[in-house]
Amino acid sequence: MQINLEERLKENPVLRKQFDELDAYIDEKAGQQGSLINVMHRAQEIFGYLPDEVLAYVSTRLQVPRSTVYGVVTFYHFFSRTPKGRHTISVCLGTACYVRGSNSVYDKVTKSLGIKAGETSPDGRYTLDLVRCVGACGLAPVVVIDKDTYGRMTPDKVVTLLNKYV
Amino acid sequence: MKSLEELKRIKEETLKAMDLRQAKDRGKIVVAMGTCGIAAGAKDTLMAVIDELDKAGVHDVQVVQSGCMGLCDREPTIEVSMKDQPSVIYGDVDDANARRIVREHVQGGQVVAELVIKRGNL
Amino acid sequence: MIRNQLLICAGGACITSGEKSVKDVLVEELAKNGIQDEVQIIETGCMGACDLGPIVVVYPEGTFYQKVTPQNAGPIVSEHLVKGRVVSGLLYRQPTSETRAQTREEISFYTLQVKRVLRNCGVIDPLSIEEYIARDGYFGLGKALEIGPDAIIQTIQESGLRGRGGAGFPTGIKWKAARDASGSPKYVVCNGDEGDPGAFMDRSVLEGDPHSVIEAMVIAGFAIGAATGYVYVRAEYPLAIERLEVALTRAREYGFLGRNILGSGFDFDIEIRIGAGAFVCGEETALLRSIEGKRGMPSAKPPFPAQAGLWGKPTLINNVETYANVPPILINGAEWFRSVGTAKSPGTKVFALAGKVQNTGLVEVPMGTTLRELVFDIGGGIPGGKAFKGAQTGGPSGGIITADYLDMPIDFDSVKELGTIMGSGGLIILDEDNCMVDVAKFYLAFTVDESCGKCTPCREGTKQMYQIMERITDGKGTPNDIGKLKTLGRVIQQTSLCGLGQSAPNPVLSTIRFFPDEYRAHIEDRKCPAHACLHLLTYSVVSEKCVGCTACARQCPVQAITGQVKKAHVIDQATCIKCGSCYEVCRFDAILKE
Repeated sequence: MQINLEERLKENPVLRKQFDELDAYIDEKAGQQGSLINVMHRAQEIFGYLPDEVLAYVSTRLQVPRSTVYGVVTFYHFFSRTPKGRHTISVCLGTACYVRGSNSVYDKVTKSLGIKAGETSPDGRYTLDLVRCVGACGLAPVVVIDKDTYGRMTPDKVVTLLNKYV
Repeated sequence: MKSLEELKRIKEETLKAMDLRQAKDRGKIVVAMGTCGIAAGAKDTLMAVIDELDKAGVHDVQVVQSGCMGLCDREPTIEVSMKDQPSVIYGDVDDANARRIVREHVQGGQVVAELVIKRGNL
Repeated sequence: MIRNQLLICAGGACITSGEKSVKDVLVEELAKNGIQDEVQIIETGCMGACDLGPIVVVYPEGTFYQKVTPQNAGPIVSEHLVKGRVVSGLLYRQPTSETRAQTREEISFYTLQVKRVLRNCGVIDPLSIEEYIARDGYFGLGKALEIGPDAIIQTIQESGLRGRGGAGFPTGIKWKAARDASGSPKYVVCNGDEGDPGAFMDRSVLEGDPHSVIEAMVIAGFAIGAATGYVYVRAEYPLAIERLEVALTRAREYGFLGRNILGSGFDFDIEIRIGAGAFVCGEETALLRSIEGKRGMPSAKPPFPAQAGLWGKPTLINNVETYANVPPILINGAEWFRSVGTAKSPGTKVFALAGKVQNTGLVEVPMGTTLRELVFDIGGGIPGGKAFKGAQTGGPSGGIITADYLDMPIDFDSVKELGTIMGSGGLIILDEDNCMVDVAKFYLAFTVDESCGKCTPCREGTKQMYQIMERITDGKGTPNDIGKLKTLGRVIQQTSLCGLGQSAPNPVLSTIRFFPDEYRAHIEDRKCPAHACLHLLTYSVVSEKCVGCTACARQCPVQAITGQVKKAHVIDQATCIKCGSCYEVCRFDAILKE
């Protein structure tokens, strides 16, 4: 695996740059105890998801067993081991959103995209996620697309909204 | 930051900058900022009032703007209402007069008689 | 020379409602009118009235403009600031009369509140440490360093402050235990993993007044003898993390963190740790594992974190709101703190008011305030003239307070007697359209999802309970299901490892206790009285009312509706998928939903 990665890094400058970025972050956090979760956050930001070779790399760099790295990545909802679509749609199913009908918004999204929570559309455009409360309960129901939050959603409004994200 | 004295100094300095947001109970100065007021120079008046209060270290008098008071020929006009006293409306308040009103009326407690249009509420 | 200040609420909800574009328009308008040097724009933390956002307040008058949009923001500059004329169209309209409120002081949502924890939220610029200092910030720390650890802990104990994270454990006892514990180094931790769906108090404090938490943590570090602190924040709160980072940097620059703080010889610093989406990490032992970079699984207590916490060392852990209470207690004293609230639950509580209520948002009231005051006086009642059915407190760990208890003073102990918990302060208002069985099932689904899997009662038990709940809402419940739920619930409560499992059955047990008829209706009559459970609904055509317009038949996605033009239509129950589109499209009230 390691040798394999070395070879690929030589051929692929984009990948090289991504790993350099990760390296820099790990160096910066070198002195901190228990920095694994923070490092995985950064890695997911850089790579978009957490492929096996990244897990292996972090395990070596942080001197943490691979089983531990795998265990942490699979424990937390935030980490994804599959690539995400260009846009991540998160429909909030927190209580406030639920009692104001966010499940009908969610149903509409699954129907119009043909994917369920955790899945990515075949064209790689959208990934659908469910979240439990983003803390904007005053505006329930809430949908988050990438970094934008939209309040007072309805099944009709959400479809128009999705079309804006190409 | 090495001491509580330094902390107090920062507090005092910042409070000045936050002064506009504090509740003030000693009095209120209303500057009429209707179209005619502005044309007559009410904006300079407003800035002069704020500046003079600041220089004098008066922080318990609120300065607000209002629309036209309907006294267009005597613009710029301001209304000074100090606590427990009838309010006074002044006319022809240019920069210099504004500063004089702050000094004599607000600080000194003496109404500037020659500029008064009306005493008591309109 | 600044003559006016514009405060724009930059809390989470206002940002969602378009606060940034409103700000851009205001900046542009100021420049257009040439008064950009006379008027200062300040973005503050959450002002609380989330439903009215984006909010702009003009000082010195304190004029409160609500629901400001990029389209209608211009006149705030061109009318109010240039001509001194209030833009009345943007003022808050009083619900009971035609008059409009000029300032916050005239709106009952604000006047009935007592702001202690939220003292700076929506008042200062959260990025300015100077403004925090101007509002007596870091003076609590100054006092703490002067009086010493024992006096600090004594003050906290005398104040009667109880943990705002949910259980209401006396904070002073926690601090004392951490101080008395042997072992070093010691740690101070802030629990900002506000996972309860429907709760956003801690988010607002971290976003709107981050220094209050930092100051309290330094005080705590000094009191128990720790040199390192960790703030654990949910990854779902990026803005809170960002503002906290800025605040930490500023605090270091000013010497409130680092070496020899305020010349006292005391060293302390704080690191941020970001959660990764696991509800169980709100449980303190699980949270500590997560800070260590491990799977966030809880462990049995004792030993308590005060004895063996982070990396096995003595650790003090409190939540955000608890910390935010600490600096004012040191400045004003224990007596001041006890001057509001109830004897056993002194002080205030911040609630996140959400669900079926007119004024959603963040409110802070004295402990002992009644639900009626919260929902009707501050919250403005239920929208659409519907009936109040209950308030869910404590999220997935709590239960329902029903209409019968509207006048009961709310504090830690009174809600416990009703089989629910205060929780962190999420208050979800439910109306007649909400089915209690469905709501309980919703919470259970959440716990099933979030159970970490370490102990069997929680992992397997909640799943079994969920299956029974699903059976009931599908119309396949059996008469002894209620008994089974109760037995299973008690076992899970008594045998689970951590708070998540121990409280997971609460929503079900609480709704069984207060709404037994609703459960029976689902099981015996196969009906959902609130018309919320899809599988128990039937749609039919009232033939006397149907004019045969064919609208419903054309709308039906599965062609379940047949009938000739101008003749009454019929719904084939076997084909109907109960989507409700016929009900929505009918203009003659001819579709009956039951």
